[in-house]
Amino acid sequence: MSADVMSGNGNVKLPIYMDNHATTRPDPRVVEEMMPYFNELFGNAASRNHEFGWVAEQATEQARERIAKLIGANTKEIIFTSGATESDNLAIKGAAEMYREKGNHIITQATEHKAVLDTCKRLEKYGFRVTYLPVQKDGRIDLDDLKRAMDDKTILVTIMTANNEIGVLQPIREIGAICHERGVLFHTDAVQAVGKVPFNVIQDNVDIASISGHKIYGPKGVGALYVRRKNPRVQLVAQIDGGGHERGMRSGTLNVPSIVGLGKACAIANEEMAEEGKRLGALRDRLREKIMGQLDEVYINGSMEHRLPNNLNISFAYVEGESLLMGINDIAVSSGSACTSATLEPSYVLKALGAGDDLAHSSIRFGLGRYNTEAEVDYVANRVVETVTRLRELSPLYEMAKEGIDLTKVHWAAEPTH
Amino acid sequence: MAYSDKVLDHYTHPRNVGSLDKNSPEVGTGLVGAPECGDVMKLQIKVNPETSIIEDAKFKTFGCGSAIASSSLATEWVKGKTVDEALEIKNTEIVKELSLPPVKIHCSVLAEDAIRAAIGDWKKKQGQEKSAPVVQHANVVQQA
Repeated sequence: MSADVMSGNGNVKLPIYMDNHATTRPDPRVVEEMMPYFNELFGNAASRNHEFGWVAEQATEQARERIAKLIGANTKEIIFTSGATESDNLAIKGAAEMYREKGNHIITQATEHKAVLDTCKRLEKYGFRVTYLPVQKDGRIDLDDLKRAMDDKTILVTIMTANNEIGVLQPIREIGAICHERGVLFHTDAVQAVGKVPFNVIQDNVDIASISGHKIYGPKGVGALYVRRKNPRVQLVAQIDGGGHERGMRSGTLNVPSIVGLGKACAIANEEMAEEGKRLGALRDRLREKIMGQLDEVYINGSMEHRLPNNLNISFAYVEGESLLMGINDIAVSSGSACTSATLEPSYVLKALGAGDDLAHSSIRFGLGRYNTEAEVDYVANRVVETVTRLRELSPLYEMAKEGIDLTKVHWAAEPTH
Repeated sequence: MAYSDKVLDHYTHPRNVGSLDKNSPEVGTGLVGAPECGDVMKLQIKVNPETSIIEDAKFKTFGCGSAIASSSLATEWVKGKTVDEALEIKNTEIVKELSLPPVKIHCSVLAEDAIRAAIGDWKKKQGQEKSAPVVQHANVVQQA
């Protein structure tokens, strides 16, 4: 599975993992701290009458503190879940059910994760009204659109902090302020942002926030939900019934080893985020410059200014994404191409930017992470440039464009049916 | 997704990449698919007017690895065949040869379409010269 290859600045080990928005490799320090909780420290955190339970509870409480510290919350405001999908479901369905008397209108936006969009769609079936705000070309919502969408039935706004495909940061502080002025709750899916960029629930006016373990060098299958306790006090209706764990909001025996891992991941992020952000930002910019310096007709999707430091999402015109992935198969990245998606539709996120389906098919997402090196970035840039160049030689579209044909004016034999 | 060895081989070493003079009366050009769909194939054939044998074929494809492989294979298969023999090539044969999974069958369909479109274009050119375009065109439709 691996080989050492000389590339410019030194050895790189193949394959290279550069898909850190999908998941991250657990930090060895995280794994180490989890281990005893799979073994001798196996107690149930809800067992109140013996040592095994106390030790487990202490471990989960330390994790709660570490998460709370990273996001500026109080420990009592952290609810453990099975992951961010559950967190999003609990936040949105739980708030919708709790505040139904007050109103039935929810506002979200087009480039949210499916865990949010599909949850909202489900609520529409139950009689809720959902506004899906469009995004601008840079991937951010227009705050005036948000204000206009609000009415006296609006109970919840759910808008992500950072997008998982294009890394674009939404103006959450302003969104939160607008919500608070109007007494509307603000939930944000902060999965990609927490531990990567500063995120503070007080300063950012956030009432409910979803967090994932495996996006921040922690384990999979664990997440958290921040639920504000005052100004305003947020209540959610539990979506899983049972023993009344987690202040009655999420029943189920706590997944102690994973919670310990999530806590440790947050503690590390708290210590290292500032420096790591700078390092990854520099690597990302190096990758971008090397690619864009050697290829024409390459387009960055989404704002570069308001963006996670570790994200780069590029469309390589006239080259289809899956074939590009095939050519760089010693590098793990993702594409917005339909061929790589389960639905066989090109990325709805890129479509929402108005880039056109053709550019969505041609997009590659690079997600840099803790373990990427400069030598890897150089290797990736070279492989991408080489493969795009080769595939353009193979592309009838590139040939036509070079002949001066306007591809948008061509009547294609197979017009899309959608 | 795991690709078959044959798809990988065609992707890594595509056969007959390039372009023929689309204005030549001996050349038929098929351009099928659409950029919005993520697949565009251009397949060209050069036909000997005396024998109707396809003497050369070239392709260029924008699309996934299976689309590239399907069109590369199509150029290999049409070469040396007469136009009528080439029209017999079925997408299912391409699927079989390349071991394409169900989600990639459309790539083989597109390759078959590209062959037909190229032959149709060539026949149209021939027809114009022989001033019998309607009949030729009808032939193509029937076979399609």
